[in-house]
Amino acid sequence: MAKKFEKGKMVPVPSTAIIPERDIDKTPILECRHLGIDFGGLRAVDDFNLIIGRTEIAGLIGPNGAGKTTVFNLLTKVYQPTRGTILLDGFDTAGKSTEQINQMGIARTFQNIRLFNNLTVEENVKVGLHNQEPYSALTGVLRLPKYWRQEKASHERALELLSIFNMQDLANTPAGSLPYGAQRRLEIVRALATNPSLLLLDEPAAGMNPSETAELMENIVKIRDTFQIAIMLIEHDMRLVMGICEGICVLNFGRVIAKGTAEEIQANPTVIEAYLGKKKEG
Amino acid sequence: MEFLAYLVSGISLGSVYAIIALGYTMVYGIAKMLNFAHGDVIMIGGYISYIAAVNLGLPTLVAVVCAMAVCTVLGVVIEGLAYRPLRSAPSLAVLITAIGVSYFLQNSALLIWGANPKSYTPVVEGTLKLFGGQLSISNVSILTVAACIVIMIGLTLFTSKTKMGKAMRACSEDKGAAQLMGINVNRTISLTFAIGSALAAIAGALLCSFSPALMPTTGSMPGIKAFTAAVFGGIGSIPGAFLGGILLGIIESLARGYISTQLSNSIVFAVLIIILLVRPAGLLGKYVPEKV
Repeated sequence: MAKKFEKGKMVPVPSTAIIPERDIDKTPILECRHLGIDFGGLRAVDDFNLIIGRTEIAGLIGPNGAGKTTVFNLLTKVYQPTRGTILLDGFDTAGKSTEQINQMGIARTFQNIRLFNNLTVEENVKVGLHNQEPYSALTGVLRLPKYWRQEKASHERALELLSIFNMQDLANTPAGSLPYGAQRRLEIVRALATNPSLLLLDEPAAGMNPSETAELMENIVKIRDTFQIAIMLIEHDMRLVMGICEGICVLNFGRVIAKGTAEEIQANPTVIEAYLGKKKEG
Repeated sequence: MEFLAYLVSGISLGSVYAIIALGYTMVYGIAKMLNFAHGDVIMIGGYISYIAAVNLGLPTLVAVVCAMAVCTVLGVVIEGLAYRPLRSAPSLAVLITAIGVSYFLQNSALLIWGANPKSYTPVVEGTLKLFGGQLSISNVSILTVAACIVIMIGLTLFTSKTKMGKAMRACSEDKGAAQLMGINVNRTISLTFAIGSALAAIAGALLCSFSPALMPTTGSMPGIKAFTAAVFGGIGSIPGAFLGGILLGIIESLARGYISTQLSNSIVFAVLIIILLVRPAGLLGKYVPEKV
């Protein structure tokens, strides 16, 4: 990483959010205010406040069942929040549908891989490019010159995106027959194809071996540097989180229990307690 | 020669089934619902092209295009009003709604056009005589087979080569993930209904050219048979619907010719049962074993 993130500065209002110094004078890409959702009587997420800088790599960690994926589902409007506001690049996302959220700039991957298994690798990426190829159904049926131009452009774009992970050679393989690690990488490429300004990665390193994880860490930083986007990731692999995340937010029982840099989080007694349990008194 | 004649009539009848089955299979593949009103959209298509050609005196081709336009709108409206609100409802609720829509369309047609059969003028006249007049093939048959092949190829290209086609296939696999990739699922399903209903209008005109008596119940039996054809070939698969339709037409035609006219339908469905016992997913369908 070119510029190591130093201890974050406080952003005045409305929360004690920490974002990298280089992003401070710009509108944060994501701002959650008092976000919450109830499932029946259960407060799955409550009073969730977070600010993410424009080029920040942020981590969302917490014990199992803490509500991390629920936060992702709230951000992408898979669930409608019960309370609170989500600002994306300063715009309120209230009342937007999932696909509009994607068009506004949030893309994500899934904890359980959800590729289109019967489509080829390239077609999966092209589904991501859907809104970047503006031609109508009629143009597609009649195969007007615009159709050929657009399809050629998206073919090239798809291969370019696949080259991030050296996957160009797999373009015509059905996504379902890829090995596990490659499927995880393809999900990231497909999400990138939607041209996001915030990329949400849900456990990108799950099931990967240490060398694959190390490569993934490099690639996440590379993606951030190349595309100049913000990345927020949920991960249980602490080496990955502590290694590349500039700001880390810890959830437990649906509430934020700590926010800060890797060092601050590692030293935080509340976090240690949430993960390891309370030390016996006396 | 007799066999050849039955075969030809079977293939052309099967092509009509195939065009209808393509509509069934596309809607099933993408919206994961059985649109039992599809057969009645065919009937509406028949009436519209009849009115346009006979009452308004438009040329046949224009009449069929009119029917396609009306059916496209009808299909999209049915989907928007009846099926869209039930998108997250259990599939049985959607199935019952589809049956309801089917009866609604039939009875509306009964109210508007009455129960008396209208005599439909075939879209093309004349026959082609082969082998010195021993085998005669009507031009309608030739047109039907040609239309079916063109439609099948067109649909295959559309779903595999265009971005809307890819969006359809993505929706068919995982609507949630497709939505998160920025695809408007509702619009994609509407487009599917629009295409399926336009095909139904073409099928209506061709069907009525074969059996010229046009009634409000005209679409029911061919609708059921085309559904059978779609299941037979593997529902959700475009080549499957084509193959299923053609085979069903041939079986029906041969059964009618060599065994019994009255029993032909029973034989068709008996064959379906046997095929499904052997290949539960249909001829070209993929059987996906459940993971444990």
